[in-house]
Amino acid sequence: MLFLVLFGLSLLFTIQSHTYHKSKFINSANFLTGGVYNSLNNISGYFNLKSQNDLLAEENKQLRELLHNTVTNIDSVYVDSVTFGTSYKFYNCNIIKNSYALTDNFLTINKGSKDSIGQDFGVISSKGIIGIIDKTSKNYATVLSILNTTSRISAQLKKTNHFGTLKWNGKSPEYVQLTDIPKIAALHKGDTIVTSGRSSIFPKGIHIGIIKDYKLDVAENYYEINVQLFNDMTNIEYVHIIKNVNREEINNLIKNN
Amino acid sequence: MNSILSIHSIRFIVLILLQVLILNHINFLGYINPYIYIIFIALFPVRNKRVLFIILSFLIGLIIDLFLDTGGIHAGASVCIAYVRPVVLKSSFGTIYDHQTVRFNSVDFGAKLTYFTLLTVLHHIILFSFEIFSISKIILILQKTLFSSIFTILLSITLTIIFSRKTK
Repeated sequence: MLFLVLFGLSLLFTIQSHTYHKSKFINSANFLTGGVYNSLNNISGYFNLKSQNDLLAEENKQLRELLHNTVTNIDSVYVDSVTFGTSYKFYNCNIIKNSYALTDNFLTINKGSKDSIGQDFGVISSKGIIGIIDKTSKNYATVLSILNTTSRISAQLKKTNHFGTLKWNGKSPEYVQLTDIPKIAALHKGDTIVTSGRSSIFPKGIHIGIIKDYKLDVAENYYEINVQLFNDMTNIEYVHIIKNVNREEINNLIKNN
Repeated sequence: MNSILSIHSIRFIVLILLQVLILNHINFLGYINPYIYIIFIALFPVRNKRVLFIILSFLIGLIIDLFLDTGGIHAGASVCIAYVRPVVLKSSFGTIYDHQTVRFNSVDFGAKLTYFTLLTVLHHIILFSFEIFSISKIILILQKTLFSSIFTILLSITLTIIFSRKTK
């Protein structure tokens, strides 16, 4: 009898965890687990300082190039970065728990509601997108990784405006899948995939990855594309959180329609 | 009695920390991790109260779930093997179990291996079915079960050998 109750309870938690934004109690953004991971990260953070420094130096180089070449380089990226300042706020934080071997991966970061982090903020690294904030506690938050089979992110081709949905099939942490790109879109291997800016979570034009290969789906109307991520999801430490200041306004507008 | 209690509470905490802080970061060949915390369930004294045992198994699974953001998959799998443990004990140890005198330090190696293998494979099948939660990916479930089981069994047998030598 007791067995049935406890087994049913765990089944309930499992089913909740497979539904987007439903897992209520069991998440690692609490005082105990967050504290343990944080103190572990304080120690283990030293071990990959060198590779993380290289990543940061690389990002600095890119930003400096952008800064000094603005006259010749006025393209869509630059125009976007002007609008960033007004409608998007950035916070930086550390990943204290990374995970990529499960089929539904969550990360834990060391900022929470105390630092005005809330649900559905975007998380990116210097190279590309990481995921979306799921649960927050006072000092910690969990991130629904793009390596999660329940994750859905709106993405598009950089060259044209054909957009689709970014999912993950749970197999390799190097590749994610872009679906629902219409058949008439012209695709080439090596084309860049960026966020589409249609979801009020990520701004437009954040890099995701490049096309590894593609094929038509069963109905032969849409492409299924394998996207190789720019990010190495197995080695991430410093990330940025994006807050869309106008998010509530946009969502209210959509709801009222 | 008091020392048995303290040994098991220390084992409870140490196994959780070992699992969460070290073993979950192995990711051998991308996804293979040993789930060593189930030796707490395997080595729990046979004659103790059944209800307490099932509740403790649920708790250890739930705490692992808490750390890994996995819903209730470890809790479910742990409760299940805790529930069926008497059957497994009987089939792997036979007559010794009928007299309620199984002591894990003194049983012979073959029986112990069977016992661990049965528990581990059962645990892992439930664990990965819950994690993936889709019948169409049954191949992936079986593949993960097989590889992780080998890893878990090797590690748990090694650990029990190391620590039983010490207590002799």
